[in-house]
Formats: sequence, C-alpha cells, structure tokens
Amino acid sequence: MTAATGFLSQSRSLRKLTFYFALIALGCMAFADIGISTRSPAHELALMGQGLLTPRVNDWGQWLEAVTYTVTFSLQGVSLATALGFVFAAYYHRAGVRFVAAALRSVHEVFWALIFIQVFGISTLAGVLAIVLPFSGTMAKVFGEQLEEVDSRPARAVEQPRGGRLSHFFYTRLPLALHAMGNYTAYRMECAIRTSVVLGFIGLPTIGFHLETALRSGDYSAASAMLFTLLALLYSLRFWFRAKLLWLLVPLSFLVRPLSAEWSGDNLQQFLRDCIPAPLREDWGLEKTQRWLLWLGEQVGNGLGNTILLAQIVLVLTGLLALLASTLNSRHFVAGWHRRMGDGLLLVLRSLPEYLLNFIFLIVLGPSMLPAILAMTLHNGAIIGHLLGRHSDELAPAVMESGPLCRFTYFYIPTLYQRFLAYCFYRWEIIIRETAMLGILGIPTLGFYIDSAFEFLRFDVALLLIAVSAILTLSADALSRHLRQRFLASDLNLQKRATGQHEGEVWTTQPR
Amino acid sequence: MTVLLELEQCRLSYPGQGRGEPEQLALNIDHLRIRAGERVAVLGKSGSGKSTLLRHLRRQLPQRASWCPQDPSLVPQLKVFHNIFSGALARHSALVNLRNLLLPAPRFREEIAALAAPLGIDDLLWRKSAELSGGQQQRTAIARALYQRRDVLLADEPVSALDRVQGRAILQLLLNAHHSSVIALHNAPLALELCDRIIGLKGGQLLFDCPASDADADAIQRLYQ
Repeated sequence: MTAATGFLSQSRSLRKLTFYFALIALGCMAFADIGISTRSPAHELALMGQGLLTPRVNDWGQWLEAVTYTVTFSLQGVSLATALGFVFAAYYHRAGVRFVAAALRSVHEVFWALIFIQVFGISTLAGVLAIVLPFSGTMAKVFGEQLEEVDSRPARAVEQPRGGRLSHFFYTRLPLALHAMGNYTAYRMECAIRTSVVLGFIGLPTIGFHLETALRSGDYSAASAMLFTLLALLYSLRFWFRAKLLWLLVPLSFLVRPLSAEWSGDNLQQFLRDCIPAPLREDWGLEKTQRWLLWLGEQVGNGLGNTILLAQIVLVLTGLLALLASTLNSRHFVAGWHRRMGDGLLLVLRSLPEYLLNFIFLIVLGPSMLPAILAMTLHNGAIIGHLLGRHSDELAPAVMESGPLCRFTYFYIPTLYQRFLAYCFYRWEIIIRETAMLGILGIPTLGFYIDSAFEFLRFDVALLLIAVSAILTLSADALSRHLRQRFLASDLNLQKRATGQHEGEVWTTQPR
Repeated sequence: MTVLLELEQCRLSYPGQGRGEPEQLALNIDHLRIRAGERVAVLGKSGSGKSTLLRHLRRQLPQRASWCPQDPSLVPQLKVFHNIFSGALARHSALVNLRNLLLPAPRFREEIAALAAPLGIDDLLWRKSAELSGGQQQRTAIARALYQRRDVLLADEPVSALDRVQGRAILQLLLNAHHSSVIALHNAPLALELCDRIIGLKGGQLLFDCPASDADADAIQRLYQ
C-alpha cells in the first residue's frame, strides 16, 4: 500500500472514518431521487426575491393573533418542559428515568402534534403538549449531564443528611449548574419558537399557518413579512427572555391563551381502540393478517431505507458546508464587518426551520429529495459552521504564514478536525429525526407513511411507524456515541462544558 | 475515658495506575484507638496518608463528626451565609432548608452572624464565595464545620491558608468547640502547643503515637526526612 492510502490500514484513523462516511454518502447518492421538475425554477426564485424585498402584512389583527399564539405556545411549552426536565434530571442517575427521557425525545415534535391533534383537536393543549414532551426529554438529558459535570467536592464536603437528599441537592449541586441550565433553557426557547412555527404548517394557528397559506398561494410579500417576524422574534429573545421578566410573562401566557382542548371521552376511547393493531382489533384470519403484515413491512422497509439514505447524504454535505462556512465566522479568515456579515448569514440560516426551507425549495425545484437535502444541509451546516468558527477563535494564529487556502488545509482543518467530527456526530441523531419527519412534505421517508396513515385514520399503523422512527433515532444516538468514544479524544467531552456542546445537541446562546 | 473509635489492621490502598499495575498501599495501621475527649494532631509530610486516615475516620463516624476538608470545597455561586448554613442541612427539614435558600430566616442569620464574628468573616456573609480570597474561603469552610455542631471534629489542615497568629486563634476556637478532635496539621509547634496527643505518619504507617508532652523533636524531625 502506498503512503497516500496508508490511512486505510490504520485502526483509528479519522481519515478512514471520513472516507467511509463519504463513500456511503456517494453510494446513497446513486440511489437517491434527485432532480428538478419545475419548468422555470429561476422565475419562481426571482418572484420570491421580489417578495423578500417587499414584505407586506395583509391583516394586522391576524398577524397579532399569529404572533401571540407562536409566543404563548413556546413560552408555555418551554416552561412546562423545563419543570418536567428538571425533575427528570434530578433523578437522571436512574436507568428508568434515562430511558423515558430518551423515548420522549426520539419522537419528533411534529409526530407528537399529529397524535395530540387526533385526541384534543386543533387546540392549545395539543400544540403545547407536542412541545413539552420531546423538549422535556432533551432537557432532562442536558440538565442531567450538566449536573453530573459539576465540581463534586462541595457535595462531598457536606455530609448528606439521612433522608435529606433534596436539601443536599439544592445546596451543594444545583447552584453549580444553574447558570449553564439557564443558558440552555434560553436556547430551547429559540428551538420552541421554531417548533411552534413548524406546527403551524400542520394546522395550529401560529405564524407557520399563515406562512404556509402565503407560500402556497404565491403571495411572497405576505410570506416574507411572516419570515421577518420569525427572525425578529428569535433575535428579540435576548431582550425579553430573562429570569426577571419570566415571572410575569409565563403566568401571562397562560392567562392570554389558556390551555384548552376539544375532546370527549368517546372520541378518546375510539382513538385508543384504533391504536390497537388491526389484526388484533378486528380479529382477522391468518391470511389477511399476513397480507397486512407484508403491506406494513413494505412501508417500514421503504421508509427506513429512504430515511437512512437521505440522512447519510445530508450528514456528509452538512459537514462539507460547515467546514467551508465556518471560515465566515473565524478570525483566521475574516475580520471587521466582513465577519459580522458572514456570521449574520449563518445565524439567519440557522434560525430558519428545516421544514420551512424544505417547503420553499419544494416550490422552486419541484418534488424530489433535492429540496430536503438542501434544506437540511443549509440549516445544520450553518449551526455547526457558526460554532466551529467561534471555536477557532481560541486557536493561536498559524505559525507559518501562508495564503488562505493553505491556511485552511494545512492549519485550520487539521487542528479543528476532531472537534468538527464531534459536532457532526452529535448532530447525526437530529438529522435522522428531521429526515424521518420531513417525509410529511412528500419524500418517501418514514414521515410520509406516518402522515398518510394519519390521513386514512389508521392510527395503529401510524403509531407503529412512529415507534420505528424512534428506534432508528435511538440507534443513531448509540452508534454516534460508540464512534465518538472510539475515534475522538476523550478530552472533547471535558471541553463541552466550555462551548455548550452536549450529546445530541449542538447549541449556543448569544452573549447577553 | 470511653473509646470513640478503634482501627484494627487497617489497610487502605489506591487502585494501580494502569491495568496490571500493583495497588499502592496508602495506609497501613495495625492498631489505633481514639478516645472521647482527646485532641489528636496528625503530623507527617504530604503524601504520608494524613488525608486518607481522616477520610477513613469520617466514614467510621457517619452523621457524628463535623468535617472540615483540606480544600474548602465551597459552592462558588452561593453566598457565604448559605455555604455556612449547608453544614446544618441535617438538622432541618427540606422545606426549611429550601425556604432559607430563597429567604434567609432571621434566626439563622443571627446564629451564623454570631458564628462568623470571631472568624472575622461576619462582614462577608452576603458575598458570593467565589469572590473570596483563599484565607477567607478557608474560614468559611471552618464556619461550616462549626455550624455542624457535632461532638467530634475531623479537620484536614484547617488553618493552612491563615497567618500564624490568626491560625493559632482559630485552631484554638475549633478545639474548644468540640469535645474530641482529630486534626491533620503541618505546623508541628502549633500541634504540640494546642493538642494533647500527637500521631506521626510516614509512608502510610504509624511512626509514633504519644502524648504531646512526650513527643521529642528528633522523632518529629524524622517524619519530614
């Protein structure tokens, strides 16, 4: 073997790891359905650009209503999820609690919403629950890890009183993690606003609802007004999402839009009955059951295959984009207002939910896997790129002076590569989860089959498929953890405290 | 005098550095008896097993001994008042403790202010402990130990960051506040002056164990060679 390909024979080579991931992605590309089916994508894009420059709110009353719903959903969802996640985190050392948290977060918010809409109708309760459940699972994990990472000396210095675990926890462990937990909660609020916008696309009365209507009818001026509203909401968080104001805002949100639901016992009973797999419920014969199982197996096979296919392509493209885009936010390449512009672009891309990006690309490019690939690559690439660039600021300048290209290849990539891979692996689980969900927009990943099952009121099939997607997410998480432990230096785990990087989550909050 | 605790054939070891490496013996004591009412100083150079011995004694006396660790181990985000109060968590219900975290009760304020005054930290009670100097942190840790209000004191170099005069006064205060004490010290003259029994540790073993009045300078000198 020559020196150039020697890495293939090394056991823990990062190059080999990258090579195999790229190879898999290339293989997936061969099977992926990628194409442009609209007649004049450039024309549609020009119309959108025009709309972007001429934002217009058609009905201010409606706008206020949508903004109120978006904010109250997020506030109620995050406050309840924080409380629940906190209780989970306090008992995170118990395997049962860890399992419940993992199961809750492995099901996408949109899938939770589809379930709760069936039970509670299009209602505030359905929307808030769809945020609370998965968010509490994620927050339990991050809070739990933050509490595990605190300096344990104070806890050891004070003897734990008999039966006084709670006091001990509040005096010697919680204060040490509280600041980090607060920062993470602020980041989750950002996510919650994005989520409540996405929930609008499936019918809840948030900004997303009007965004969808406007995009579908080609009213791009109205759409861009909603888009700017979303960006303004996310940007303004740093001014009003503060501990002192929340004492007022959270109760206010429950007063302005009280939790309500349209549900009846009969309805719930019917729903629960429909959740029992059809062969058991209807007491089918062997042959009919076999046909049903075959039919279900085909959906699982197709859904799983396409989800993995798409996710692997997106993972590698995300990595590529992140490496390149991170230079826009790195002092090794840009400075002054160039950098502020570059980072601003990354922050805007990061703020746009994948679902929305996918929806827009779908209009421009027509149905295929391409819109989803672009949407997820842009969103995730911007997230990792922003973090990676900011992290590179901590590195001393390259010793050897050279042009930007040489600096990028000889200094920047080698020194940051471990961290870069860590970020990508952390994001992998999330990419899989999103890929499965984006099927709702038409690509045949798991979400597509889940959505059609809901459409035909086959709740048993929908729940089974949701369980499959949850298992897939959990496996990606386990595999990613295995690869990280095998290939990446263990000190990356110690550093995550400083950069706010946590398993399954790559997050950052703005300095306040 | 009643026996407080007794160690027999006490062998404690660290796990080996790597796989297959032998364990390292940290403490190897055949017999040690500590009686109630004694003031015991543990001498020895660093690494001789003083901290290991104290931690072991602490495990033998659960919920009975006040503990003052070598490293102050304060919660930097909490006020000095709350750090001191955390010594008393066992005495109150969780509800009282949590309430005091948000709204310090007047009763506890008075108690802790009285406790802090002789230590010279009564004007620091409402500062975060992260803002304190090393000596101030150590005095906070001492106050926390005192506030545990137990009969027995186990302290590991409690006055190492204080000057000679202050260190002597505070050590005296600690000894007077507890019926029995076992204290690791590096300052041999101070130990001889204030304690009534001296234990010399070297390489995890007892080199000598005698009343303070009998301790001879040569034996102490040998500890540090």
